[in-house]
This record gives sequence, structure tokens and C-alpha cells, in this order.
Amino acid sequence: MTKNKRYIICFSALIILYLLLIFLNLTNGSTDSGIEYLFTKTDNAEDLTARNIIMNIRLPRTLAAAILGGALAISGFLLQNFFSNPIAGPFVLGISSGAKLIVALTMIFTLTHGIASNSFITVTASVTGSMMSMGFILLLSGKIKNISMLIIAGVMTGYICNAVTELAVTFADDSNIVNLHNWSVGTFSGTDMEEVYFMSAVVIPCVFFTFMLSKPLSAFQLGEGYAESMGVNIKLFRFEMILLSSILSACVTAFAGPVSFLGVAVPHIIKGVFRTAKPIIIIPAVFIGGGAMCLFCDLTARTVFAPTELSISTVTAIFGAPVVIFIMIKRKRG
Amino acid sequence: MLETKSLSAGYGKRIIVGNVNINVNRGEIITLIGSNGSGKSTLLKTISSQLEKISGNIYIQNKNISDYGRNELAKKVSLMLTGKTEPELMTCLELVESGRYPYTGTFGILSAEDKRKARYALKLVGGEDIADVEITKTSDGQRQKIMLARAICQDTDIMILDEPTSYLDIKHKLELLSILKKLVREKNTTVIMSLHELDLAQKISDKIICVKNNKIDRTGTPDEIFSGDYINYLYDIKCGSYNDIYGFSELEKISGKPEIFVICGGGAEIYRKLQRQGIPFAAGIIHENDIEYPVVSALASVMISEKAYEPISTEKIQLAKNIIAECREVICLCDNFGTMNRGNLELLEFAEQQKKLSSP
Repeated sequence: MTKNKRYIICFSALIILYLLLIFLNLTNGSTDSGIEYLFTKTDNAEDLTARNIIMNIRLPRTLAAAILGGALAISGFLLQNFFSNPIAGPFVLGISSGAKLIVALTMIFTLTHGIASNSFITVTASVTGSMMSMGFILLLSGKIKNISMLIIAGVMTGYICNAVTELAVTFADDSNIVNLHNWSVGTFSGTDMEEVYFMSAVVIPCVFFTFMLSKPLSAFQLGEGYAESMGVNIKLFRFEMILLSSILSACVTAFAGPVSFLGVAVPHIIKGVFRTAKPIIIIPAVFIGGGAMCLFCDLTARTVFAPTELSISTVTAIFGAPVVIFIMIKRKRG
Repeated sequence: MLETKSLSAGYGKRIIVGNVNINVNRGEIITLIGSNGSGKSTLLKTISSQLEKISGNIYIQNKNISDYGRNELAKKVSLMLTGKTEPELMTCLELVESGRYPYTGTFGILSAEDKRKARYALKLVGGEDIADVEITKTSDGQRQKIMLARAICQDTDIMILDEPTSYLDIKHKLELLSILKKLVREKNTTVIMSLHELDLAQKISDKIICVKNNKIDRTGTPDEIFSGDYINYLYDIKCGSYNDIYGFSELEKISGKPEIFVICGGGAEIYRKLQRQGIPFAAGIIHENDIEYPVVSALASVMISEKAYEPISTEKIQLAKNIIAECREVICLCDNFGTMNRGNLELLEFAEQQKKLSSP
């Protein structure tokens, strides 16, 4: 099979899977509101409720999962290339946890002072938090060259941030706790269309910009020395990679809370299926694949124990963590 | 082609190699030699703009390197680095094609011309049969050839190679250097590289640059550099020696009072065996133009030699006899005595009288 043929087949399969999952997410849930309700002309109460559920609850949630899942996977792909480390990702490096900490503190502050929080404030807080964690990890990566040790350092950073977040949540007003608790374990529930517009406005340009970096990224895969000798402005390029991956993962944390392992697992699975690491092919595939994986996990979270909902991280960890273990076994060396 | 003027290379403010003035012509192979940590890599990195220079200037085709744009420079100078590069899931051909980077558009899509050049480069290094093999699945030798093809594919006038032959076995070392020679002949490329293999450096280079004590210690043709005791000085060799003419190195001689006397004849192996066993030995009488003379002079604790083409003098014979009298054993490597080495026959008879003769 030629490479191009393989890419076409893989892309087609991925897109079909993606659309199928969107459809399933719209039509399945704790209430029995199938897609047929969208096409009924009658205006009885039952139809209206069903239509309302699909359009105002499931649709934004589905879109959020599709967009944010893609964002997270792209962020992971960028970080893996940046650190030349196959198990790097926003969650394992503690970047999501840093974002979560700052968002939680901001939420508590705004709620106690009666300021109406909005997407802009949350995303700004989240980007600040992830840039702080990222800065810390970059400092560490200068000192720690070993791939596994860097990940451990990241996980530890995550624990510290989580501990502080827990502390803040514990001492927050009762009224804030419910709100914060749901968000801090990761969920797509309660997303509205306003938020979907906002996240699209952030994520889509970032993903597009990442795609535009395909060419230097492919040179970067040979190492900094070679990339520079081929004409890549390394300092600028590194900055762009860090900025993009931080914003993308911060956006996810801002809207859905921390989502574990998806950023590591998806790029790896996609590269395995496509049998290439060429950014120009992999970036779009990772975005669609991340969305598909996230849709699948959210569907699982909503439906398996319905009406009880699992947190998204619980499900992504079940599917994502084994992939990380698999990569570590496969590599064998530090 | 490439010229440096009072160039200082190093990290931060710390100068590793200073006041470098070199001038490289088109189609020349220039080799940097010098001990580990002398600054060969630092200098190469600076010349190839990987490392910010501390002071001075670098000119390529009489134009200051800082006046070149990134892409323009990438079309002039290509690089092959030491150390492993293992991009995942990339085939050898794809890796070679990545050398076309400065010539492709925004998305790096290859034109037919780019593909043709990549194929040509791959053919030049003899890597066509592994074109579709993933680079992570190739051997060290294959990988270095592919990295060289990548640099060739970048289609530059100057190629800079940092220890291209490290980690390679002798077959691959020779292959790689032959490809370089071929490249210089076919495309008139200028090659600047660092090598640890002095014997190969001597044979392939048009000019050799010696780096020692934070400066360029000497520059010259291989004939000029590989003469006298210069290499032993350049590398501060104290535990052995390097032979300039034949390009071989010997471990430190075992000094001390000789226990064995070797009557010189054919075969250098006995000297090395005694050296390995740690036995100090005397050897003679050997003519200065004898093929084994360099080995004997590097390894024997006492050597008795005679000028080329002269018959062995009686003084030398007496000297040798005195030493044999002190030794516990005599080994004779000679079984053919002519006019010139008649003296050695006398030594053999003397050893027999003393009952010290043993077979080699």
C-alpha cells in the first residue's frame, strides 16, 4: 500500500468515526430523546422538551467535546515534539493542574466578590496558570535531561498544584463548592452555546496556526541543530510551540477542567495508525482524532452509569493511561 | 569560498578557540584534528552558525555571514552532526528529502525536482535499497550515510561535518570518506570536517587544521602536519606513540632493563606480544630503512640500529653482544642472512654459544 493511499483511507475512516460519534452524542443520553424529534413538526410539550435537550444541552456539549478534545491532542503533540519526549502532554507535565489552580483561585475570588465571571476571565486565568507551570517545567527541563524524570517532575508539579487547589476549595464558601467540585474533576456538562463560540474562537485559530508550522516542525523532528541549519528560527519557533500548546491546553482546562492522558494518547495512536509522524498529515488527524476520542469518552461518561455521570478524566484515564504504559514499555530506555 | 577573520568561538564569554584565521577554497577537503575537548566541534558549530560567535567575522564567498538571510545561508552551508538522530516513523528517503527544506514553500511540499535531487543524493551514498526503511531501524553505518545524503540533498557549496565517522566500523568509515571524495570530485563541494582518525585524515584531506591550547596551532597540507613528532605533541601523547608515515599508533613501550633480546628479521607481531606481556626487551640490529624500524623504535626499551644500506659495524655487534650477555633469552626472527646483515648471524651464533636461543 502506498503512503498516500494509506493516508486517504485513514482520513476517511477517521472522519466517518468522528461524524458517527457526533451523531451518537446528540442522540444518546439519560433521557430518551432521539434525533427524530428534531424533524417532528408538532409542538406538543414532549417534542419541545426533547428538541430543547438536543439543541441546548447535547449540541453544545458535543461540540465542546469535539473542539476541546482536538485542542488537547494538538497541545500534546506540540509538547511531545518540543521535549522530544513521547510521553509529554499537558496533563502529565502538570500544565493542566497549574491552569486549574489559577482558574479555581479566580473563580473563588469572583464568586465571593459577586463579580460575574465569564469565559474571557476564565480563559485568561487558565492561560496564566498553564504558562506558569510551563515556565517551571522549562526550568526543570534545563536541569533534567532524562525523559522519565522530567515526567515525574511534571506529575509532582501537578500534585502540588492540585493540593493547593483542594485547599482553596475546602475553605471556599459552601455555595461555591458544588460548582468548583464538578469543574475541578473535569466535565463537559453545563456547556452552553456562548461558551462553544468562545472556545472555537480560541482553538480554531490556534490549530490553524499550528498547521501552518508543519514545515518547521518537520525539520525540528530531526533535532534543533539540523532545524537551524535548514533555516528555522529556533528561538522564535520554540516560543510559538510553547505559546500554542499552553493556550490550547489552557482553553480545555478553562471550560472542562483537567482532562487526563488524552493529550499523550491521541497523537501516539494517530501516528501508529497513519504510520508517519509528518506534521502536515498528523496535525489535522490529531485534531479530528482528539475530538473523536473525547466524544467517545464523554459518551461513555454520560451513558454507562446513567443517570449517574462519571467525570471525563475518569474515562480518559482508563483509555489513555494504558497507552502511556505501552509507550514506556516499547521504548525501554530512560 | 569560506574565510574567517580573527574569529573567536566559545560559549557565552568563555573563548574555547580564539583568533581563528582560515581560508578555505572551493572543492577542498579541510579536516580539523586535535584532542577531545580542544574545541573542534565548537569551531565547527560557530562556522555553521549553530553557535553565536564571540568576536571576529566569517565570510562565505566574500560576503559576511551575518548579511545572509536564514534561508539563503541554508542554501550555502549544510551540516552533518555527531550523535544519533532518531526521528520516529520517518523513512530514509523522507529524511533525505528533508534536506530540501530551504527550497520548498510554506508547507514543505516537494516538487519533482526536489524528489529527483533526493533520489540522486540517496544513490550517491548507495542507500537506494533502504529508501523505504524507517531510519530508527537502520544500523549506525547506514544512518550516517543517510544523514550524509540529507546534507548532500541540501545542495550547498559548503558541507560541515562534525566527526562523521564516529561510531562506525572501518568498512563504513572508508565508505563514508570515499563518498565524500566522490562528492568533491563530482560537485566541487567544499568539505570542512573534524576527524579522530588521523590515518584517514592524512589521506583524505587537502588541508589540515590543528586545534590545541585554545587556538589553531598549525595549518598545512597533510605532509606538513604529519612530520616529525608533531602529532605526539598535538595530542600530548605520553602513554604511547603515533607513527606519522604509516599512520599507526603504539602503546607505551615497556621500559627497564631488557630481559629478552630480539634479533630483528621478519614480523612485527613478536614486539607487540612482548609489549602486551609487559616484558622489556632489546632489539637489533636493525637498519633504519627496515619496514619494522618504526615499530621497533616505538616498542623496544633498547634498540641498536644501523644506517640504511650500510653493513653492520663491529662496534654495533659488540654493543649487541654485551646486551645479549645480560639477557635471559634471545629470539631470532631472521632466517636469511645477506651481506648487509651479516652481523646478525654473528649475534645468532653468539646466542647459541650462550645457550640463550629460543624459538619465537
